[in-house]
Amino acid sequence: MHPILTTVLQRLALGLLTLFFVSVIIFSSIEFLPGDFTQAVLGQTATEETVAAFRRELGLDQPAIVRYFDWIGALAQGDLGTSFSGRASSGVDRSRPVVDLVGPRLENTLFLASMTAIVAVPLALTLGILAALYRGSIFDRMVNAVTLTTIAMPEFLVAYILILLLASLNPIFPSLANITEDTPFWERVYRCALPSMTLTLVIVAHMMRMTRAAIINLLASPYIEMARLKGLSPRKVILTHALPNAWAPIANVVAFNLAYLVVGVVVVEVVFVYPGVGQLMVDAVTTRDIPVVQACALIFAGTYIVLNLIADIISIVTNPRLLHPR
Amino acid sequence: MSDDILLHMKNIVIDGFSDESWHEIIKGVDLTLKRGEVLGLIGESGAGKSTLGLAAMGYGRPGIRLTAGEIWFDGQDLMTASEADKQSLRGARIAYVAQSAAAAFNPAHRLIDQTIEATLSHGVKTSAEAAEDAKSLYAAMDLPDPENIGFRYPHQVSGGQLQRAMTAMAMSARPDLIIFDEPTTALDVTTQVNVLAAMREAVDRFNTAAIYITHDLAVVAQMADRIKVLRYGEEVEEAETQEMLSNPKHPYTKSLWAVRSIEKPAETSDDYVLEIKNVTAAYGSVPVLHDVSIAVPRGKTLAVVGESGSGKSTTARVITGLLPPTEGDVLFNGAPLPAALKGRSKDQLQRIQMIYQMADTAMNPRHTVRETIGRPVEFYLGLRGSAVDQRVSELLAMIELDDSFLDRLPGELSGGQKQRVCIARALAAEPEVIICDEVTSALDQVVQEGILKLLMKLQRDLGVTYIFITHDIATVQAISDEIVVMWMGKVVEQGIKDEIMQPPYPEYTELLLSSVPTMDPGWLKGAAAARKAMSIAEETGKA
Ligand SMILES: Nc1ncnc2c1ncn2[C@@H]1O[C@H](COP(=O)(O)OP(=O)(O)O)[C@@H](O)[C@H]1O
Ligand SMILES: [Mg+2]
Repeated sequence: MHPILTTVLQRLALGLLTLFFVSVIIFSSIEFLPGDFTQAVLGQTATEETVAAFRRELGLDQPAIVRYFDWIGALAQGDLGTSFSGRASSGVDRSRPVVDLVGPRLENTLFLASMTAIVAVPLALTLGILAALYRGSIFDRMVNAVTLTTIAMPEFLVAYILILLLASLNPIFPSLANITEDTPFWERVYRCALPSMTLTLVIVAHMMRMTRAAIINLLASPYIEMARLKGLSPRKVILTHALPNAWAPIANVVAFNLAYLVVGVVVVEVVFVYPGVGQLMVDAVTTRDIPVVQACALIFAGTYIVLNLIADIISIVTNPRLLHPR
Repeated sequence: MSDDILLHMKNIVIDGFSDESWHEIIKGVDLTLKRGEVLGLIGESGAGKSTLGLAAMGYGRPGIRLTAGEIWFDGQDLMTASEADKQSLRGARIAYVAQSAAAAFNPAHRLIDQTIEATLSHGVKTSAEAAEDAKSLYAAMDLPDPENIGFRYPHQVSGGQLQRAMTAMAMSARPDLIIFDEPTTALDVTTQVNVLAAMREAVDRFNTAAIYITHDLAVVAQMADRIKVLRYGEEVEEAETQEMLSNPKHPYTKSLWAVRSIEKPAETSDDYVLEIKNVTAAYGSVPVLHDVSIAVPRGKTLAVVGESGSGKSTTARVITGLLPPTEGDVLFNGAPLPAALKGRSKDQLQRIQMIYQMADTAMNPRHTVRETIGRPVEFYLGLRGSAVDQRVSELLAMIELDDSFLDRLPGELSGGQKQRVCIARALAAEPEVIICDEVTSALDQVVQEGILKLLMKLQRDLGVTYIFITHDIATVQAISDEIVVMWMGKVVEQGIKDEIMQPPYPEYTELLLSSVPTMDPGWLKGAAAARKAMSIAEETGKA
């Protein structure tokens, strides 16, 4: 088998293994959450019998090990389970499958993430590469100063400043990004403008600096000096000598930031009242709706693992040592 | 006559940026080179050789500023030339061969593409012509399978082969001038000879002028018609090679010859302080030492020589217990030592100390000299308080440093001073045996001499035994009593210095010794020819 294939398969297996460990961690940390759903719903006054009956209905009377394997087993068949809420023993079961709860939210999150990434990634890479090429120039110093400022500002502050400037003082965009399933596409884009801008500012700063550092590191290699000493044009030096070796570091930078767009945006969702997965998870934690919490946590972990896996695979397939073994 | 001059650098001043300000690193140097002539540029590291060599291409590394002077290359002043003009010269008429070929080749492209890249981009030849020519250059550089080797990637060929390929790359556009910047420093001696010979031949064949930068006198003697000695960014002296070798004028130049001038009559004894008996050792499942037996005479210096990878350092690790052998014993004063470090008593640990090549990494950067030397004094000798201070002072005096060094951190010491402190730290334990692993390899010639003389003096005064691991034959000549030659994890021979250094040699010792450049400018031709004859004989023998 080609060594690249072997390595990629190894990484895949490793990714699955990580996901498994993460599921254990998610499950056991939820076990340690104080309080439980029955208490949260039925209140302090409920009789012991009602509580016990309700616990039985939810399966909470089973030992943790059994519940873990039930969860994982169902998960392996693509079943995320059923939400705890809406099941109150009122006789009518209005509870919904977790998929139905999480699905639309995930769609929203991915929508905002993609919208942001489409602008932010090319922008950050371009700025980073240019800043590295013209290191020390006025352009570089300016970009550095601006990005340092945005990095130093907390997200919610960036968000409020944008709201102030672009929604209150100059009412261009709406300050609430409350979309529903039937909101048409362009209307969505319009309503997401401010949250997307906030996220763009935050990750462009980060991504641009990381790209700049990676490229500067690369440009210091002796083979780049050699290319210059061969009298190649600066363009050629970058395109044929630096870029082929830059994919791995750039892929890492991008993966890290894309993951952030899915996993780390809860603050922005709260500020703009955007119905994303982050909000859902926060709500679910408050109500102790364990199946939903678990599903969200797993989605977050899975995002990290998959994106890093992709970055890993890119660095593997662009590594000449692996591509052309001895 | 003046048409004959290819490069004329006049009163060059170059600044470098460090510690937040600009410093002069080349202080008004002149350099003239005729067509087809090879100028050797020699000096210690940091003397400014690379900076000056690169300036000949009108190039300064980031943080370097060509401040004043003129660089006339074939009627054009590179000091004032536009970036575009310099670009069209580089790679076409002036080429560069870097120290580490492994780092200077782009890992992402095939050798041949990189070899002909400059030639193509300057429009010197068509792609097909250049590729054909590259193959003939590979052949001229004695690369194996010249037709196909170019289609390999840099990591697929050896260091010596890469260095030849880089010379071929420099030659591709048939430049008038090549700057060789220590091109063989990273190679083993036995590889170095062949690469040197191929370079010399190529330069002669195309009548290319060259600036050959090195810190190795014997190498420059083989390559250069004329030698310029550089120190602290200033010229010390310049002369024809013969003249420079036979009659160096400046005291500094004379001191460069110094290590080779140390002589010590070999003595030996039958009283062995340490005996390695039939040791076999492996890293994991990779066998590294095969049935190695070495006897170390008490109070003498045993040199262990061999190329990198021959098992010298592994032998040291077995002796110190860092790598327990899979078979065999280490006897200390006749009694077997526990194989692993953990099994050894404090007393046994104290008796064998080690000094490393990289004094930098061997010292804790946050410990002062007082702490570095004081710790083993406390640990092994059990001294406390002012007794420690007094002992540390005594040790400092032994290594010829005064008490003003006590509170310095490693960062405030020169390379030679750091190595001295490491010696004092080893001595602090009052050991019987000190293992010195390439302790002078990272140092400049003059500093090397100082350290070697110090080690010899300490041996006379204290009677300590050295196991001196090195790949440098000049060092071995200077200080050893007995020599062990290692090759591929085996001991080729052990004996008293005068016997080992005299013919007849076993085949490998012969190869090793004959690979070490001598100051005789004719040496390279003879050595390379002998080597060719040998490999031809080998091939016909096989056939
Ligand atoms: N890019 C650089 N920026 C600033 N200082 C440098 C740079 N390169 C070298 N120097 C300084 O210039 C001096 C000469 O260096 P170099 O030319 O590399 O010497 P050599 O090649 O003889 O070892 C040293 O003191 C070194 O610290
Ligand atoms: Mg140098």
